[in-house]
Amino acid sequence: MTLIIQTGSIQRRLALQLSIVAGILSFTLFMLIQVVAERAAMDTQDNILKASAASIADALYTENGIVRLELPYSALSMLGTISQDRVFYRVLFKGETLTGYDDLPLQNENSLTNKSKFSTFRYKGEEVRSIMLKRSIGVNGAFSDAVIIVAQTRLGLNLISQKITRTATAIGVVFFLFGTGLSVWAANIALTPLNRIAIAVSRRGPKDLRPVTGTSPLELKPLVDALNSFILRLKSSLLRSEDFISEAAHRVRTPLATVRTQAEVIHRSLNKSKNKTALREMIRAIDESSRSAGQLLDHAMVNFRADQFEVNTVNLPELVRDVCERLSPLAGLKDIVINIQSQESDMSFQGDTILLQNALRNILDNAIKYSPDDSEISVNCFRNEKFVISFQDSGRGFSGIDHTDRFTRGTNVSDVIGSGLGLTIANDVAIAHGGSLFINDSKKGVGSCVSLVLPI
Amino acid sequence: MRFTRFTDLITLTFILTGSAFSYEIEDKKFYKGNQNEERLRIISTADITAFEPIIMAFQKEFQDIDIDYVVASSSEIMKAIYIENAKFDLVISSAMDLQTKLANDGLAQTYKSIEVEKLPVWAQWRGQVFGFTQEPAVMVISKQHYGDLPLPKTRDQFVALLRQYPDKFRGRIGTYDVTNSGLGYLFATQDSRNTDSFWRLTDIMGRLKVKLYCCSGDMIREVSNGQLIFAYNVLGSYAQNSLKNFPEIEIVSFDDFSTVMMRTALIPIASQRPDLAGKMIDFLLKLDSRQDLVALSGLQPVTNGNLHEDKKTRPIRLGPGLLVFLDRLRKENFIRNWESSIYQE
Repeated sequence: MTLIIQTGSIQRRLALQLSIVAGILSFTLFMLIQVVAERAAMDTQDNILKASAASIADALYTENGIVRLELPYSALSMLGTISQDRVFYRVLFKGETLTGYDDLPLQNENSLTNKSKFSTFRYKGEEVRSIMLKRSIGVNGAFSDAVIIVAQTRLGLNLISQKITRTATAIGVVFFLFGTGLSVWAANIALTPLNRIAIAVSRRGPKDLRPVTGTSPLELKPLVDALNSFILRLKSSLLRSEDFISEAAHRVRTPLATVRTQAEVIHRSLNKSKNKTALREMIRAIDESSRSAGQLLDHAMVNFRADQFEVNTVNLPELVRDVCERLSPLAGLKDIVINIQSQESDMSFQGDTILLQNALRNILDNAIKYSPDDSEISVNCFRNEKFVISFQDSGRGFSGIDHTDRFTRGTNVSDVIGSGLGLTIANDVAIAHGGSLFINDSKKGVGSCVSLVLPI
Repeated sequence: MRFTRFTDLITLTFILTGSAFSYEIEDKKFYKGNQNEERLRIISTADITAFEPIIMAFQKEFQDIDIDYVVASSSEIMKAIYIENAKFDLVISSAMDLQTKLANDGLAQTYKSIEVEKLPVWAQWRGQVFGFTQEPAVMVISKQHYGDLPLPKTRDQFVALLRQYPDKFRGRIGTYDVTNSGLGYLFATQDSRNTDSFWRLTDIMGRLKVKLYCCSGDMIREVSNGQLIFAYNVLGSYAQNSLKNFPEIEIVSFDDFSTVMMRTALIPIASQRPDLAGKMIDFLLKLDSRQDLVALSGLQPVTNGNLHEDKKTRPIRLGPGLLVFLDRLRKENFIRNWESSIYQE
């Protein structure tokens, strides 16, 4: 129980507490109905007894100086109307029994004023409810008291009280079930804003760092405010680091270009093959650094543009051709042939041209990088439920590496130098356009196929 | 047929003198069963002739039960059960008021069974008093001596008729003696409750030298042999039953109302075999499924309910209201008034 309260959900805890309250209320209701209704039933019997005694009192008369009684039919028949209870009566005048049951006991006559007095006692083996009524009767000018006692067993009352108990129990149970249902519902309702905020926050994309807006209840405002200020700090901190990276990349790239040019110049002027080889190694390293810096810049740019998306109509085959053309010199260096096959019609896509260009370039760049010399890369651009642009190379493939890991920064095929950012960038672009990036290894372990899939 | 089984052991009509019993019985008969172990003792107001078919049919169903059937007047039954605590297992009486008093004063046992459950609410009280017949009070007329006069349809017309032809009817009217017939008292008190004509009728009957009887059977016989022209407040069941033997009589039900009495059964607390008594009660309550017995005994079963739906009938209701006319002062008053009307010079 305490475990549930401490570790369980607020909702369950709230529902449980409200149910306990409902239970207590139900029980109170049950007791109230019981008490009130039984009181009412008893009053009913008392009232009939009183009416009966009064009608007997009214039927007393004097004849030749003797008090007599013409017992009215209704005096006893009315007692038989609501139940089949036994009825007893006794009429006394001046302490002498006029008629009725001689042994019906007088209840503490002294306390009896002119009013009636009710009492409960056992008579002839059963509990009876009785009324004692006093009436002054004048005989020859002198007044004396007549006492009328009417008693009735309580069988009917017990039947009524059993019925009441059943009804009260039913009402209590229904009330409890209803209350519990309401408790669960109320707990649900009370926690809806919290759930709504939780869902809103958890549904966000990884890059969505907008503050949480929308109305939130007073109680949740501190939490939402704290969350928003946290998001703000995170955002600025991320921005700062992105800025730092792009700034750094930019600053590194320009001097590297200078160093590369100088190295080329020196390379040409050198004659010793040993030095030449060393310098070629240097130039290669500079190229790699420059490429990495370029990718870092691309990455920063993609991140930036993904937040501020610019939509325009893009002709995909044209874009593919353009990218392939731009990278053909690089492919040429390794004697790689790029084959483009594309469907021409119905290929216009709504998206950010620069982002798509970046993505395609990085995929192709990757393909060229991992392809062996003198090989072929085929690029396919077609429409098949979705737009698909695939790049099939004959590299060593990604076997042994989890594909999704390819998209995170820095993972790389062991002996190939690179920042590993290429596919991450492509994946980010795909996601920004509501599409995805697939990598299919060819079965033979030679070559792999990277596809950028975009929605129509 | 088993001849030995139903051999009458004793059929005696006697008034006990100096015996152990101080209540008087009118008749008594023992019906032997197969074994001498189980004995059901019944005290009843119903004549042996009326009740015998029922006892025989009962014994056919329960062959092991001996039945001791004692007939007594309702007031003697009251004496036996109320004062002397006599050892009877079942009390069958037409005096509903006295039966109610027995139950009210705690001298009856509660009995529960499926048959009892089926009984209409008005036909039982406290699960102790069970009505099994409904029998109207009627007037019986001698066709031969009545002549061609139009038959009275209401009590008022009856009173007018008596006033119109006092000489014709003087000394030839019969009714119950309420001072010694419990059923007569019950009928008279119910009449007095239901109509003002009752006292006028009693008065004129008194003036015309009404003859008083203890029992319906006697009155019917006197009408049939021409001694009486009218018998007022006769048990309809007996009258109906007598039509076969006495075709000279005619039964008249008044249109203003006719009182309907229920014959009731109860198990006294002194009963030694309440189980056997219960079997008999169940059997009596199933009477309407035995039309042969209904025809033989002339007793209308209560379960028909038809008399309770007829607007002309005033069924006597079981309940504490019946205790009113048993009140000492009330009874004294009633009988004093009745006697002063009946015995006129």
